[in-house]
Amino acid sequence: MSADIVLSDRDRHFLEGGEGKAYRLAMQLVLGAAEAMGAEELVDIDFVHIDACFYSGQAHIDFARFILENDGRFAVPAWTNNGLVDLRRPELRSGVDPEVVAGAKELMRLYEEIGCETVWTCAPYQLPGAGRPKCGSHIAVGESNAVSFYNSVLGARTNKYGDFLEVACGLTGRAPKAGRHTDEGRRATLLITLDQVPEALRDQDIFFHVLGHMIGREAGVHTPAIAGLPRDTGEDRLKAIAAGAAASGGVTLYHAIGVTPEAPDIVTAFGGLEPEARLDVSPEALMAARDSLSTGAREGMVDMVALGTPHFSFTEFGALAALLDGRRVTDGVSLYVSTSRHVAALAAEKGWVETLERAGGKLITDTCTYFSPAVRGCKGRVMTNSAKWAYYAPGMLGVEVVFGSLEDCVETACAGSVRRDSAVWHPNAWGA
Amino acid sequence: MTMRRIDPVTHLLSGAADGEVMAFSEPLSFWGGFEPATGKILDVRHPRRGETVGGRILALPGTRGSGGTPAALAEAIRLGVGPAALILPEPDANLLTGALVSQALYGACCPIVVVSPDDFLSIKDGSWALIEAGGPVTIRAS
Repeated sequence: MSADIVLSDRDRHFLEGGEGKAYRLAMQLVLGAAEAMGAEELVDIDFVHIDACFYSGQAHIDFARFILENDGRFAVPAWTNNGLVDLRRPELRSGVDPEVVAGAKELMRLYEEIGCETVWTCAPYQLPGAGRPKCGSHIAVGESNAVSFYNSVLGARTNKYGDFLEVACGLTGRAPKAGRHTDEGRRATLLITLDQVPEALRDQDIFFHVLGHMIGREAGVHTPAIAGLPRDTGEDRLKAIAAGAAASGGVTLYHAIGVTPEAPDIVTAFGGLEPEARLDVSPEALMAARDSLSTGAREGMVDMVALGTPHFSFTEFGALAALLDGRRVTDGVSLYVSTSRHVAALAAEKGWVETLERAGGKLITDTCTYFSPAVRGCKGRVMTNSAKWAYYAPGMLGVEVVFGSLEDCVETACAGSVRRDSAVWHPNAWGA
Repeated sequence: MTMRRIDPVTHLLSGAADGEVMAFSEPLSFWGGFEPATGKILDVRHPRRGETVGGRILALPGTRGSGGTPAALAEAIRLGVGPAALILPEPDANLLTGALVSQALYGACCPIVVVSPDDFLSIKDGSWALIEAGGPVTIRAS
């Protein structure tokens, strides 16, 4: 295996077991992946985001124990993705198989002991420090929205790494030079234009979620480049595109011309070549994509509102607090917001957590609303402003989903039945 | 009875195995679409939904999406309900990771061979396959 891959002395030392079994297995995994991906050499990485801390069975625990007991420690900063449970809110765990909860907690503890920075977030790029690598840095990430955000918005380089492989990259500090780690693997091939989309619609947060969802469905094997987004498009909106397109289509990199770091202009984004394909986005297609994110009836009573997938940023939390201030979530409706401990602490300083809780909403950290046992126990109809949540929840949770804007979600939570500001989607509002 | 010998393009994970072939026409999502505890296909959109892969030689055109694939495969192999071997038309880093981890942790080998796309399509569901470590794959029609 892997006879043709160029190794450093240190790589070879790991492979020969010079540092013990953990590093030998890690190097075997990295080289196996290199062979499978057609890489001829490895690159040094600066950061790893750990997905294998999300419990799905005994193999996860056995692997982490194997690393720990054989003295494996990370060579680069290693930050944890969401776990299966909110470690700080045991009351949210009721009604779940205790064996699963125990396994999930044990796994989270093991990764802490191996030396992870336990940020427990699917949006590590919203925290300062190692989670904000420089443009051009090589990193290893598995969480789909984070893979796309890092590649697209920060210009860091990662493929989508499966469980265990990202741990192996973190232990060895190495990754196969293939795919998104290479210049060729980052070139745009699909041009997406927004000329037909009215500016008033392009200025709505919900537009970015829907656009991401639509791009995921249309991109296929292409690397998309979007022309027509404002230069000052903020990270929350770019995150919405990343998460939506990663969920519906496995998109690991997109460019936005004039906005994202590797696409200052169209020629650069496409590496001087002509686009291989083109998609002209129409308002009608956007509306169809929006509607496809809701299951069944898009009106009537709701049982829950789920916000924060991916984890809410500081600015998203601020927007929610402004909408909820002085309001009250109606009885019988649960409003959950998931975010990282880091953002939760900043939001608490601003008084936003208090605003949320006074209104009757609940905060979830360390995990995602669709993994949280509290939410897993929910039945009926759920409203969300996240295209990613809307895409996965019907299958994962067996609930009906209504997709809407953040404003729609808050109005709905307070009213108890679906409220929707449809004006933003109406041609009259576009000044057409 | 017809026998056919296929020379793999590569042995991603070398090992010997033999068993009845399950030849899938569609890729499989091991996370969400597959139950590691039983080896059963759960994906409601998959043509082989409800069947189990345990002990079979799985000819799999590819995997879908998730980074949970390695752990799901390793868990199924740990529990003895994983495939006996995998035959693929192209290399897959996630499946290889899962198989390497289960070999290291549990000493259970799930060999992975990659064959050409034409050879892959020639492998029929229900046939018998013999994989020799580092060697050819022999397919016997049922």
